[in-house]
Amino acid sequence: MSIPTNLRYTESHEWLRKEPDNTLTIGITDHAQEALGDIVFIELPEIGRIAKAGEEVAVVESVKAASDIYAPVAGEIIEANTAVVDAPDSVNSDPYGAWLFKIKPANLDDIDALLDAAAYAKAIDD
Amino acid sequence: MAKQTPLYPAHLAAGAKIVDFAGWDMPIHYGSQLEEHKQVRADAGMFDVSHMLPIDISGAGAQAFLQKLLANNVAKLTEPGKALYSCMLKEDGGILDDLIVYFFAADDYRIVVNAGTADKDVAWMREQASKLPGGGNVTINPRRDLAIIAVQGPNAQAKVWAALPGSEEASKHLKYFQAARFGEVMICSTGYTGEAGFELIFPAGRALEIWNALAAQSIAPIGLGARDTLRLEAGMNLYGLDMDEHIGPLESGLTWTVDFSAGRDFIGRAALEAHPPTRQLVGLLLEERGVLRSHMPVFTAHGAGETTSGSFAPSMNASIAFARVPVGVALGDTVEVDVRGKRLKAKVTKISFVRKGKILIQAAN
Repeated sequence: MSIPTNLRYTESHEWLRKEPDNTLTIGITDHAQEALGDIVFIELPEIGRIAKAGEEVAVVESVKAASDIYAPVAGEIIEANTAVVDAPDSVNSDPYGAWLFKIKPANLDDIDALLDAAAYAKAIDD
Repeated sequence: MAKQTPLYPAHLAAGAKIVDFAGWDMPIHYGSQLEEHKQVRADAGMFDVSHMLPIDISGAGAQAFLQKLLANNVAKLTEPGKALYSCMLKEDGGILDDLIVYFFAADDYRIVVNAGTADKDVAWMREQASKLPGGGNVTINPRRDLAIIAVQGPNAQAKVWAALPGSEEASKHLKYFQAARFGEVMICSTGYTGEAGFELIFPAGRALEIWNALAAQSIAPIGLGARDTLRLEAGMNLYGLDMDEHIGPLESGLTWTVDFSAGRDFIGRAALEAHPPTRQLVGLLLEERGVLRSHMPVFTAHGAGETTSGSFAPSMNASIAFARVPVGVALGDTVEVDVRGKRLKAKVTKISFVRKGKILIQAAN
C-alpha cells in the first residue's frame, strides 16, 4: 500500500499536496481506490465553488459502490481534473497522479491539522 | 463463523478478495471485477457456486408434489435431463425462492436453490410434503455433499470438453436448459450470465481436481461481483433484491414462469388470481452520467416506483437497472430516477440488455 511521505491525508482517505503557489491538489489514496475496486464514474465540483472543510464536493463510484469525496480544508475550488472523468480507471492505476480537484485554501495553516503519512498509515491499520 | 465451499483454498490461492455472502466466505473478485466480466463475455470464466444447494426429490409422488409446490409446471418436462425455471410461492403469492428443477424420471428430480434461502426452502418443502397423505410419497434429500462450478462464455463448452475427457460425447447434444449425466458429474447447459456454457454438479471431493483441470484450459476464475453485473446485463433476477417473500412473480417479470393451466392447483395460485398485478418489473437505461443502484426512487407519469438492482454495465459502458414501476409505464418511456439527490433521466427498456455477447439495447452516448 503506497502512502507517499510528501502528502497530507484525511481519515476519509483523501490525499492533499501543497503546491509551490500555495494551492492544494486533492485526490484519493491508494487504500481508497483498492477498497472501492474498479472505478467507473467520477463527478467533480464546479470551478469557483466555495467549500467548507468536510463538505461533500465530489463523487467517486466503482462498480460496487459510491463514495463521497470531501473538501479536506475550507477554500475555493479553482480547478477540476476532467481527464479523470473521461478515464475513471486512471484513479485505480495511478491514485497519486490522477488528482481530482484543486483548492485555494481560506487558511493555509489548516493543513497542519491533517494527518501525515505515518498517522494515515496508522489510521488505516486500525 | 461463515461456511466455506470445498473450493475455498483455490480461491485463496488465486488471490481472491473474500466476502461474506449469505453466510458463506465467497470470492467477490480475484483482482478486477471489470476484467472478469469482460473475460466471460469474450472467452470463458468459471464460478464457484457450491454455496447453492441441490435438493433431490424422489419417489412415486415426486411429480404430483412438485406440481403443487412450484408455480411452473414440471409436467412440461418429459425428456430426461430437461430443466425448468420456476418460483416457489407462499400461499399469499410471495416468492420463497426461484430455482431450476431438472427432470430425470417422474419419480426422480433435482432442484437447485439459492444459498441464502436453502435451509428455509428445505423446511418449507418438508412441511408441504407432510401435509399430503402418506407424506406425499416423496423423499426430500438436500445434497450438501455436492459442489457446483459454472463455466460460462463463448468458449466455455469447448474448454470444459478439453478439461474433462469424454464429456463432449456426453453433452454435445444438449440444448439450452438440459442436463446430461457424465459419470458422477451432472453437466447442465444452464447459467446466469446470458452466455453459453455449463453448470457442473458433482461430488464435493472432486471439486479441487475439476477446478484445476478447468484452470489448466485457461478458464479464469470469476467472482460474485462480475456474476452480478453479468446477470444484470442478461436480465436475470436476483432473489433478495429483485424479488422476495413480499412480492409475487407477476410483479417481478416472471409471469412467463407461472403456469395457470386449467385444473392446476399450485401453492399461491389463488392469491395471484385474486390480486391482479399493479406493478411490473422493467429495465432502465440511464441517459445521463451516473450510476444506478438498488432502492433508488423512480418517478413516472403513472406514479412512483423503485429500482431493485442497478449497476454500471461493463459491456455497454452505461448504467442500467431493473425497476418496479406502475403497470401503465411502457417501453420507450422516459422516467426520472433519484440518483443521490439528483433527478436523472432514464429510458424504460426490456429487461434483457446483453445476450451471447450481443448488446440488445444501445446506450445513447
